[in-house]
Amino acid sequence: MKRFAELYAELDGTTSTSAKVAALVRYLAEVPPEDAAWAVYFLAGGKPRQLIRTAQLRALATEAAGLPDWLFEASYQAVGDLAETIAHLLPPASRPMAALGLHGWMRERLLPLRGEAPEVVAQAVRAAWDELDPLGRFLFIKLVGGGFRVGVSKLLVQRAVAEHAGLDPKEVAARMMGYTDAMREPTAQAWARIVHGEPGGEEGGETGGASSGGLPYPFFLAQPLADAPASLGERHDWLVEWKFDGIRGQIVKRQGQVWVWSRGEELMTDRFPELVALAKGWPDGTVIDGEIVAWDALAPSLPGSSAQGAPAPFSVLQQRIGRKTLTSKVLATAPVHFLAYDLLEHKGADLRAQPQVERRAALDTLADAVSPRLDCSPLVLTDDWAALAAWRERSREWGLEGLMLKHRLGRYGTGRVKSRPGDAEPLAWWKWKVDPFTIDGVLIYAQAGHGRRASVYTDYTFAVWSRPPRDAAEAQAVVQAIAERRPAQPGALQLVAFTKAYSGLSDEEFLAVDAVIRRTTLEKFGPVRSVLPTLVFELAFEGIARSPRHKSGVALRFPRLLRQRTDKPLHEANTLADLEALLGTGSKATEGHLAQGGC
Amino acid sequence: MASGDLIVQRPEGLYCPPGDFYIDPWRRVERAVITHAHADHARTGHGHYLATAVSEGLLRARLGAGIAFQGLAYGEVVEHQGVRVSLHPAGHVLGSAQVRVEHGGRVWVASGDYRPTPHGAVPDRTCAPFEPVRCDVFITESTFGLPIYRWRPDAELFGQINRWWAANAQAGRASVLVCYSLGKAQRLLGGVDASIGPIVCHGAVEPINRAYRAAGVALPETLTVSEVTDKAVLRRALVLCPGSALGTPWIRRFGDCADAFASGWMQVRGQRRRGGFDQGFVLSDHADWPGLLSAIGATGAERVIVTHGSVPVLVRYLSEQGLQAEAFDTEYGDEAAEPAPEASPAP
Repeated sequence: MKRFAELYAELDGTTSTSAKVAALVRYLAEVPPEDAAWAVYFLAGGKPRQLIRTAQLRALATEAAGLPDWLFEASYQAVGDLAETIAHLLPPASRPMAALGLHGWMRERLLPLRGEAPEVVAQAVRAAWDELDPLGRFLFIKLVGGGFRVGVSKLLVQRAVAEHAGLDPKEVAARMMGYTDAMREPTAQAWARIVHGEPGGEEGGETGGASSGGLPYPFFLAQPLADAPASLGERHDWLVEWKFDGIRGQIVKRQGQVWVWSRGEELMTDRFPELVALAKGWPDGTVIDGEIVAWDALAPSLPGSSAQGAPAPFSVLQQRIGRKTLTSKVLATAPVHFLAYDLLEHKGADLRAQPQVERRAALDTLADAVSPRLDCSPLVLTDDWAALAAWRERSREWGLEGLMLKHRLGRYGTGRVKSRPGDAEPLAWWKWKVDPFTIDGVLIYAQAGHGRRASVYTDYTFAVWSRPPRDAAEAQAVVQAIAERRPAQPGALQLVAFTKAYSGLSDEEFLAVDAVIRRTTLEKFGPVRSVLPTLVFELAFEGIARSPRHKSGVALRFPRLLRQRTDKPLHEANTLADLEALLGTGSKATEGHLAQGGC
Repeated sequence: MASGDLIVQRPEGLYCPPGDFYIDPWRRVERAVITHAHADHARTGHGHYLATAVSEGLLRARLGAGIAFQGLAYGEVVEHQGVRVSLHPAGHVLGSAQVRVEHGGRVWVASGDYRPTPHGAVPDRTCAPFEPVRCDVFITESTFGLPIYRWRPDAELFGQINRWWAANAQAGRASVLVCYSLGKAQRLLGGVDASIGPIVCHGAVEPINRAYRAAGVALPETLTVSEVTDKAVLRRALVLCPGSALGTPWIRRFGDCADAFASGWMQVRGQRRRGGFDQGFVLSDHADWPGLLSAIGATGAERVIVTHGSVPVLVRYLSEQGLQAEAFDTEYGDEAAEPAPEASPAP
C-alpha cells in the first residue's frame, strides 16, 4: 500500500505524460506481480463492485471526525470528492501501518468485507483509518468506494505496460480487453497473460464469467464528421448505416459458450438472456460487433430493414439495464435486440484486416445462415451525398442519431483512429450526427462542481418563460420580483426551471460565469445558490420526453451548454410553449433550432 | 446589531462610531486604521493612516510615499476621542496587526487576517507571531473556515519544498514556485534551504524583500533574472514569482521548468488540478480551522463577528458552541475558495 501511495503521489504530482509513464514503469518493475495486477486494474479504470456503501463511509467518517453532519456536508461541498474530504477530516492515525502490499490489502482486508454485517465493516474501516496517513486513507476509500480516477488514461497505462513488458501498445490493448471488468478479480495469472502472453488457468468461476477464451476485440471507435461529407470523396466508396442510440457491444461465441461485452469492456452476458439465445446457434469462433437496443415491435420499420419494428428510446433500455433481476415481465416490456454491423471473427479467424465491404458481405451471409435469424444494421443506399443528407435530416423520425460512414476498403482498427478526409488510407469510421436540438434558457441556480471543478460554480439550472414576455420591461419586472423574493402570482409570467447542464464551456468560460454568479447571488440553500436571472445560454440536447417528475413537464437527454448568448436579451429566451412544440414534433423535427430570430 | 457597539458595518468599511475612524475601509475615508499591507486591506486615498511602525515601508511603497502616516509599536496605545486604540501582532505578514479598541469599559478586537503559531511550532521569523488579546467582542476572518483545512508543521512543508527543488536542480530544471509577493514569498525565503541553489525573485517580489530586510528580517541572498548571466545557474534556481508572471516572456527565460503553487488552497486537490500546477504546497499565512477555533477561544470573547471566507459555516459552528456569533459583510478578499491564484486574498 505504501508503494502504491507513492506511485499515486508521483502520478498526481506531475502534469507531464512521460513522467507519469516513467513512474508507472518504475512501479511495475519493483512490485510483485499480484500488486502490479491490482494497480493496473485500478489505474485502467477497473471498478470492483462497491465494497462499502457510501452512506456508511460518510457516517463513519463524520463520527470519527467528531463533526456535525452539516459541517461534514459543507466540507464535502468545498472539496468535491468524498474520499478526499474524509482523508482531510479524520484525526491522525495512532497505530503503525501494516506492511501489506496492494494485493494484500485487497485480498485480506477489503474484499472479505463484501456482504459483511455493518458492524463488522465499521470495525474494519475504523481499524484501517487508524493506521493510514491521509494519502493512504484517500486511496483506501477510493478502493472500497468503487471509482478510482487519478488523471491517467487507459491509453497511458497501456503505454506503460507496453514499455514494461517490451510489447507493442496495441498488443497490450488487445491483451487487456476485459481486464477491468467488474466481475473479475485481477490476479497474478491475469497479469502474466498481459505481460508474457501466457495462457492462465480458468478463473472467474464464481460468476460463471469469462475465461480468456471469451475476450472481445478492442472496439473500433468512430469520430465525428465536422466537414461536409463530400470531403470524404466519392459517395459510392462508403458504406452508410444509421447511428443508433443504444449500447455498443460485441457478442463472442466460442467453445460452445456466449459472452456479451459492452464498449466499456464490461461483461453483460447475464443482463441479456435474449442475446445469449440469439448467439447460441452461431458457429464457434464468431465475434460480431453491433448495437444493443431496446426493441419496439410496433414501431414503423427502419428504412431498408426487413425486421419488424425499430429501436425504442434509450430510456427504455436504461430502465432495463437498471434491473437487478430480470422477471418475465421486464423481459416482455423491454425486450432487447441486437443489430449486427461487423463480423470480426469467423470460424476462429480474425477478419479485422479485411476490407469493410468483405466483412459486411460475410456478415450478411452468416446472418442468413444462422437460426434464429440475425438482424443486420440496414445499409442506407443513395446515389449521392445530397440524397444521403436528406435521409440524415429525417433521422429523428425513427429515434436515430444520424448516420455512420465506413469506407468500403477500411480495416477494423483499434480505438479512435485519427485520419482526415483525403488521407491515403481512410481508416476511420465517421459519425455524421443529426444536429442537436437547441434552446435558449436563463440561468437561475448554480452549484459548485466536483473534482477539478470543486468550488467553481459549474452546475447550472436553467429556466424558460412560462409564456412569451410582452417586452423587456415585463421580463425585467419578473427579475425584480425575484430579486425582492416576491413569489410569483398564479398565472403570471414567470421563469420555469426545465433542465440542468454542466458541461460544454472551457475552464476560462466557467471562471467568467462563476464570477458573475458570485456577484449576483440572491440566496444560498446549502450548496445551491439562486442568482439574479441575467445570463442566457444556448443549450443543446439530443432528445426530449414528457416527464411528470419535472416541474416543466419535460426531461431532456444529454443537455449541455453550447455558448453564452450575450447577444440575446433576457426576454428573448425561449418559452415553455417552445419546449412543448419540440415534444409534439420531437420525433419529426428536422430543424432543431428554436431560438427566435434564427441562429 | 446592538446599539452602542464599538465597531459597526458601514458601506465604507468597519467603523468605530465613538472614535470616528474606520478599520481597513474599502472606500475612501478620512481616518483609517490599517491592519496590514495587502491590497484588499490597505487601499489608497484615505486622509490619514494609522498602522504599525514596522509596516510603514511596505505601506508607503504600495500606497505612495506621501500618505499621512502614523506608526505605532505593537502594544503602544493611542487615545482618540476617548477611544483607546492599540495594535497587536497578527502573525500574518510583516507588520500585520489586530486592532484593539477600548471605550467605556468594553474591549473589541478586529483581527484583520491572522495566523496563530500552532502549539509547539517554531514561530515564523519573518513577522511577529500572533498574540491573543482578551476582549468582549472578537471580529475574526474565516478564509480557511472549514475543518478540511489543517496545516502540516512548517518543517514538513519546507522539507517537501526543499526535496522538490533539489530534485529539479538535479534534473537541470528551474523550480518555479508561484506565491503571493507580499508575505508568502518572504516566508518561503525564510524557510527554504538556500544551499540547494540560487534563488531568483520576480520584479514584484524583490522590492518587498528589500522592505523586509530594511525592517530587520534576515533573508537569504536573492537575484533578479537580469543579474544572472550563466544560463546553467537558472536551471538550478528556485524562482519565486506571482501567478501573473506565468505565460509571460519573463518566465520563458527559464526554459523547461517545474511549477508549483504555495497556498492554503492547495489543500484541495481539485484546486490544484484546476490551476494546472505540477505541485501544490499547502503553505498559508492564514489560520487553519484549529487555528481559528483556538484563537477565538483564547480571546475569551462571548460575541464573535465573522468576516470574509466561510462566514455561514463559522457562524453556525460557533453558535452551536454556545457563542453569540454573527457576520459582517466585507469586501476583503472574496469567498472561501478563489479560482485564480492572483485573485486570491494573500493565500
